[in-house]
Amino acid sequence: MALLQISEPGMSTAPHQHRLAVGIDLGTTNSLVATVRNGISTVLNDEQGRAMLPSIVRYVDAQKILVGEAAQRGQNDDPFNTISSVKRFMGRGLADLGDTSRFPYRFITDSNTQTVQLRTVAGAKSPVEVSAEILKELRTRAELSLGGELVGAVITVPAYFDDAQRQATKDAARLAGLNVLRLLNEPTAAAIAYGLDNAAEGVYAVYDLGGGTFDISILRLSRGVFEVLATNGDSALGGDDFDQRIFCWLLEQNALSALPASDTRLLLTHARTAKEQLTEHNDTRITAMLSDGRVIDSVLSQTQFHEMSNNLLQRTLQPLRRALRDAALQVADVNGVVMVGGATRMPQVQRAVGEFFAQTPLTNLDPDKVVALGAAIQANLLAGNRGADEWLLLDVIPLSLGLETMGGLAEKVIPRNSTIPTARAQEFTTYKDGQTAMSIHVVQGERELISDCRSLAKFELRGIPAMVAGAARIRVTFQVDADGLLSVAAREMRSGVEATIEVKPSYGLVDADIARMLQESGQYAKEDMQARALRELQTEANQLVDAVQNALLQDGDLLTNTQRAAITAQLENLQTCLAEHDTQILQRAMTALNDATVNFAQARMDKSVASALSGKKISDLDI
Amino acid sequence: MSSINIDFKQSFFQLFDLQPSFALDGATLEQRYRALQLQVHPDQAAHLAAAQQRLALQQATFVNEAYQTLRSPLRRARYLLKLNDVDTQEETNTAMPLDFLMAQMDRREAVIAAQQQRDVAALDELTRLMQLETRELEADVAAKIDGEKNYLAAAELVRKLRFMEKLAEEIHAAYDEIDN
Repeated sequence: MALLQISEPGMSTAPHQHRLAVGIDLGTTNSLVATVRNGISTVLNDEQGRAMLPSIVRYVDAQKILVGEAAQRGQNDDPFNTISSVKRFMGRGLADLGDTSRFPYRFITDSNTQTVQLRTVAGAKSPVEVSAEILKELRTRAELSLGGELVGAVITVPAYFDDAQRQATKDAARLAGLNVLRLLNEPTAAAIAYGLDNAAEGVYAVYDLGGGTFDISILRLSRGVFEVLATNGDSALGGDDFDQRIFCWLLEQNALSALPASDTRLLLTHARTAKEQLTEHNDTRITAMLSDGRVIDSVLSQTQFHEMSNNLLQRTLQPLRRALRDAALQVADVNGVVMVGGATRMPQVQRAVGEFFAQTPLTNLDPDKVVALGAAIQANLLAGNRGADEWLLLDVIPLSLGLETMGGLAEKVIPRNSTIPTARAQEFTTYKDGQTAMSIHVVQGERELISDCRSLAKFELRGIPAMVAGAARIRVTFQVDADGLLSVAAREMRSGVEATIEVKPSYGLVDADIARMLQESGQYAKEDMQARALRELQTEANQLVDAVQNALLQDGDLLTNTQRAAITAQLENLQTCLAEHDTQILQRAMTALNDATVNFAQARMDKSVASALSGKKISDLDI
Repeated sequence: MSSINIDFKQSFFQLFDLQPSFALDGATLEQRYRALQLQVHPDQAAHLAAAQQRLALQQATFVNEAYQTLRSPLRRARYLLKLNDVDTQEETNTAMPLDFLMAQMDRREAVIAAQQQRDVAALDELTRLMQLETRELEADVAAKIDGEKNYLAAAELVRKLRFMEKLAEEIHAAYDEIDN
C-alpha cells in the first residue's frame, strides 16, 4: 500500500462531538466492554447488571446462537455445541493444541488456512467466527447502553500473542461489525488504567495471568508516557491449566479414563469451582454424578492443590526473569507490581510473585476489569475525544520477526521488544546464475532453526532480471504497525521489481471471506450505508489527491519522466472521477492511483528507513 | 495532532535538534523523542482518514528509527561515520589485532563454559568485564570522532564494539539457556 504524505489533517473530524468508542477485553473465560463517560472509564453492564460476559457460545441449531450465561447453562448437556475458552484456538493449527482429548470438542482442520475449526450442529465454526459472536453481543450491549452507533473499538490481546493470533482477533472484530481502532496489549491496558488513576511514576511490572494466557510486561511510567520496556509470556498458560490439574487429579483419584465429553465438561466445571473455593478455604469437597451413574466424591486440600500446580507457577517465573533481563533491570528497580487477570486471585500466585519481587503486589484494582477500563481510555483517545491530560503509549513487539535463510536458519530482521511502529530493511541476493525468482519465508520466534519458529507467510518475488549469482540486490522491508501487525515488501533494487504482502495467509481469514460473512450476517444492509460510503470515499479521494500532489512536490526528483507521467495520468483520472458520484468508479480510480504510486512510495520509504544493517553481509537465499 | 510534517531528508541529529557528535545528552534526546511522538504517533491519527494514518505510521517509524539509532552508542557511532562517508566495514574487514581476537575467543569460551556449568556468578562477572571494556571503547570512540575527527580510526573501534555487542548477545542467550 502506498505510503504518502498529506497536507491538510483533521478533515474528517466533526468538531465538538463526543464519538462513541469502547474498549473490549476479549478474555479466555470472560469478556467485558467499557467506555469513557463524563471523563470516567466505566464497565458497561448487561440488563441484569452483570459486567462479565462468560466467553461461551452455544450453537443450539442451524439458526439459534446463545452467548454468555445462556450458553453456559447448556455446557454440560451439549458440550460439542457449547464452545468455551475459544481464545486458546485463535490463529492456531491442530498441531499447536497438543493433546486435544482434554478438550470436549470435535476439531477439524480448515484445508485452506490450516487452522482448527469446531464441528457444531450449525456446521464447522472457526475460532474467529465463535469470537465474533461474543464481540457482537458486547457491541449490542454497548450500543443499547450508549444509545448510538460506535465509531470504533479497542480490542485487547495478550501481549505475547503472535502475528497470527492478532490477525485472527482483528478478523473476529471486523466480522462482528466493529471498526478496530487498535489492538492493545492487555498488560499495557492495565498499566494505563492503573497509571492514570494513581498518577504512578517509575518502573512497573504487570503480571497478567488470565484464563488461558500469561503475560509479563515491564513498563516505565513518567509524565504521561507509558513506555513498554520488555514483554514476555506464554500464550498457552492460564487459569484453565490450574483447572486441568484438578481435573487430572480427579481422574487419578477415581481411576477414571476415556470419559464421554459431557462428563469431561462436568468435571472441568467442578474443578474450576474447587479452584475458586480454595482461594478462601483450606479444603474443598468435590461431588458429582457421571453419566453412567458413578459418583465422584473427593476432598482436595489447599496444600495438595498448591503442590500439583507448583510447576505451572514456576513456568510464569521464567518469562519474568527474561523480561527483566531484556529491559536490563534488576528486581530492585521495580517500583510496583500490578496484578491482572482472575487467576491472580489464587493465594499461591500472589505469594510467588510477592517473593520474586520482594514486595507485596498491588491488588487495589479489580483484576477482572482493569484491562477493559484501560482499553476504554485508549479507545476514547483514538476516537478523537480529547481529554484534559495528554498521554502517550509506546508499546513493543513481543517476538522477533525474521526470514528464512540458507540451511533452514532464521535471520532476525526486527528483534523482540522493538518499539512500534517500526520498519527494517535487509538485503539479500541471488544464489544461482540467471535466477529470476526468490521465495521469501517470513517467520516469528526466538529460535535459530526455522522449524522452531512460527511460519507467518511465504511469498515469491518473480521477474528478477537474469544476472550472475550475487549480482541482484533484493531489499526486504518489514513494517510493523501500531497494532503489532506485520507487512512485508520485497524489491529488486536494480530493476524495481517488487512484491508486497500483508502477513496473513498462513492463518486467519482472507479479506474475501470476511466480506462474504459480513454480507451473510446482513448487518450492513442499512439504506444509508451506500451514501455514507460514497461520502467517506470522496473525502479519502480528495485527501489522496492532495497527498500525491504534495509528495510530487517534495520528492518528485526520485521519479523518472515516465514514472511521473504515469502518476500524473492517474491523478487526473481520479480528479475526473470525483464528479461521478459512483463508489465503484471512484474506488477503481483510487486503486489505480495507489498502484501507480507504489514504487514512488517505496522509494520514499526506503529513503526514510535507514537500514541499521546496511553494509552487512549479503546472505544468500535459496529459491 | 499530527499536523507537523517531518522532513525525511534531514539527519537524525537534525530531527532532534542536536549537534552531530558522539557525546550526547541522553535526557535531552529522550525528552525530544517523546515530544515528537506525542505529535506523530499513529494513536494521534486513529480517527483520521486512511492517508493520514499512513503518514502517521511513516513518521512515527522514522522517529523511532532515529531515536533507537542515536540512543545506542554503537549505532550512533556507525551512523556518524556514515554521515562522514566512512563505511565501518563490519562484515568485510576482518583485519583485527591478534591480541583483541584472542581475548574475544577466550571470552566466548568462558561464556560457553559458564552456560554448560549453569554458573550464573561466572556470567555476572563476564557481564561486568564486557560492560567495562565496552565503556572504554566508547570513550575512545568519542575521542576519535568528536576530538580528533579521525574517522578511520573510529571505524576500527566500531568494529571492536560490534564484537562486544555480539558477546553481550551471547551472554544474554546463555542466561536464557540456563533458565530453560
